[in-house]
Amino acid sequence: MVEALELRGVTKRFGSLLANDNITLSLGKGEVLALLGENGAGKTTLMNIVFGHYVADSGDVKVHGKRLPPGSPDAAIRAGIGMVHQHFTLADNLSVLDNIVLGRESLWSPRQRLRAAKCRVREISGQYGLELDPDARVGDLAVGQKQKAEILKALYADARILILDEPTAVLTPQEAESLFATLRSLAQKGFSAIIISHKLHEILRVSDRISVLRNGQLVGDIAAGDANRDRLAEMMLGRKVSRPSTEHLETGKPVLELESVSTDGEDQAACLNGIDLTVCAHEIAGIAGVAGNGQTALAGVISGTVVPSLGKILLAGSELEFGHARRVVKAGVGRIPEDRSVEGIFGEMAIWENLISEDLRSGEFCRAGILLNGRNARRHAASLIEQYDIRCRGVEAETRLLSGGNLQKLILARGLSRNPRFILVNQPSRGLDEGAIAFVHSQLLDARKAGAGILLISEDLDELLSLADRLYVIYRGRIQAVAPTKSPDVTQIGLMMSGEGMV
Amino acid sequence: MRIEPREQVPYWMVFSAPLFAIAASLLLCSSFIVWAGEPVAASFTLMAKSVFGSKFSITETLARATPLILTGLAVAVAFRARFWNIGAEGQFYFGALAVTWLGTGLFSLPPVLMIPVMFIAGAIAGGALLYVPLVLKTKMKVDEVVTTLLLNFVVLLLVSYLIEGPWKDPMSLGWPQAAPVIDEAVLPKLLVKTRLHLGLLVGIVMSLLIWFLMTRTVWGYEIRAVGYNAEAANFAGISVNAVMFRTAMISGGLAGMAGVSEVAGLKGYLTLDLSPGFGYAGIAVAMLVQLHPVGVIASAIFLSAIFVGADSMSRASNVPSYIADVVTAVSLLLVLVSVMLTRYRIRWTCK
Repeated sequence: MVEALELRGVTKRFGSLLANDNITLSLGKGEVLALLGENGAGKTTLMNIVFGHYVADSGDVKVHGKRLPPGSPDAAIRAGIGMVHQHFTLADNLSVLDNIVLGRESLWSPRQRLRAAKCRVREISGQYGLELDPDARVGDLAVGQKQKAEILKALYADARILILDEPTAVLTPQEAESLFATLRSLAQKGFSAIIISHKLHEILRVSDRISVLRNGQLVGDIAAGDANRDRLAEMMLGRKVSRPSTEHLETGKPVLELESVSTDGEDQAACLNGIDLTVCAHEIAGIAGVAGNGQTALAGVISGTVVPSLGKILLAGSELEFGHARRVVKAGVGRIPEDRSVEGIFGEMAIWENLISEDLRSGEFCRAGILLNGRNARRHAASLIEQYDIRCRGVEAETRLLSGGNLQKLILARGLSRNPRFILVNQPSRGLDEGAIAFVHSQLLDARKAGAGILLISEDLDELLSLADRLYVIYRGRIQAVAPTKSPDVTQIGLMMSGEGMV
Repeated sequence: MRIEPREQVPYWMVFSAPLFAIAASLLLCSSFIVWAGEPVAASFTLMAKSVFGSKFSITETLARATPLILTGLAVAVAFRARFWNIGAEGQFYFGALAVTWLGTGLFSLPPVLMIPVMFIAGAIAGGALLYVPLVLKTKMKVDEVVTTLLLNFVVLLLVSYLIEGPWKDPMSLGWPQAAPVIDEAVLPKLLVKTRLHLGLLVGIVMSLLIWFLMTRTVWGYEIRAVGYNAEAANFAGISVNAVMFRTAMISGGLAGMAGVSEVAGLKGYLTLDLSPGFGYAGIAVAMLVQLHPVGVIASAIFLSAIFVGADSMSRASNVPSYIADVVTAVSLLLVLVSVMLTRYRIRWTCK
């Protein structure tokens, strides 16, 4: 039997880094293969080789038995490979149909053959259960629908093999469920799919077979039926992971209270609309929600970078002035920003400089109101580097050279080392590998134990369920508390995330 | 071919990169000398002699470098905060206007007081002019490149109006120039019988002060932080608008001081050709040394040498003095390339 896709001995090196080491794997017709691995394990590199973005140093890629010319995305598309990227490659201001035919038409034809195209799109969407109005503007679609448009686009280009890169990262549980159903029905009709992910429970549900990559090597290839979460995690990391467990603590007094806080802005869905929220000492309150429903505004209001139009914020009972990030920090708030490299650090500045950016004018680092006390700052940095195990060349090293995990450690060190009474954490584990995530989580749990109240905003429901004492769901700028139960109802949360059952 | 960042840039590379770039640009520009039909070696020798050949020529080069140090610093500070002040030329003339207004007989103080007052007044004037683009930028998001650049022409027209009209020196035999500054305001010469004046020392002191400000103070930290990542600065609680204001005042002030130094130190009175583009050349001065405040001194002297040398080369041979602009432009481009090569390395990979 001819395999749909076959990789033989694929090796790719970047400088001294061996990204893919002699990888051989195959994908059968009608099979869903999950490619599992930590960040940097080589999953994306491998798929980029298949798709022709990169050229392998050695090894072959065969599609339906025929060798694929390396380095040509065009040849890959013609051979029937379709890629659905994690960050959608759709033009928001065009219709679904326009997006689908984009690049599929001859540049020289004077007019578009939209009617025929529309018929075909209707046909494909009917056939595979991907209902979508071809005339809808992509910008108006929900995230799950955008993903359908991406898949339609690949199918329209006659793809027989779909590669999906972290497809569920931005979906609600229901949307993910519907994606899995689509994948299953495509597989039954003879399509093959590779799904790249690090969410173990999803992989176990959707795939037939699981290939695990670690440090560029294929370390395992097992049928989904034989796998379980612990085994997969162990294969992925090469060691057993101890998940930090939350111990029960009596919650203390409220440390942060938001009273009917609202914000203004162009995107109504991303504005806050009368938020009431309380976080107490010794507790982690989680905010679940699909990206773009006001999480950024909520974090901004609390961090002091966004001025609300209404409402008030109380920190340990006393009112907080709006829009003064420095005063927020001084009042005892630790902040872990959403986007590390955008808000968190100054890449071109030294590590010691980044570690004092939030208390520049404190007596410790500043003399006579203006002179920088470099010696104290460097000593402070050196001790934090040791305490938080930041792997770097030293206090003077440029911060942009740090890896994502070490960057996050630096930001944690800056935000948590002053023993804040309240900590705002926004997407703390985005883009981190399992080891770094475990570090972040244990730091947060330590802070909780030490008496801090923590507001954890995350798109990763697993993270919230494992850390948070209480959950809120945010949808279009409004939040609602999830009824506390012993085992939280994921379906219920998912429905709330998509706006159903919200008051 | 791929470009990847270097983990650590060796020190020798940081220092030698601009030197290589300058050498390469002189090499490239020698082709123009050949084109003009002149012997290359002789032309460069002539140039070198006219720049460093005698005590007089050295002082001339340094006198020419003096305003460039100050305008170069003005640009270096502003660009560090990503505040694109292209208007050092206008601020230079505002400084010159200030010293002409105050220093030509409005009041008189002993020189030890008069000279500092002149510099402070010039700095305030330069800063005040830059305040306009600053407010437009921070309040209405108007691009400062456009406003600072266009203000230069507004200021030149204002100067032109003043020295043709109300401020015209009645003793000037009809030439469009303002009255000379009073003796108390004239900057003392550093060496007798030369044009080298106190302005050079002011420039050097300022460059050391700015270096100290940028590396050792909270203000400097904030200016750099805003320049590298304004969003992170805002998140960290640094008031970006306040930092921009400070940066603009320092930058405009330095350019204004350059104007004071030229009027009170070199020329003695304000004319329309007081600056042959010192403000614009300041951009080249600052960029050549990657905005390093002390490096500005070296690059100001280099550019001044190129201009002085090209002038005398054009007098003595067929090579037009435009060669100076070509050398400046080419070396600037090459410095930018070499800076990129120090931060990144190119890896050749076969396809």
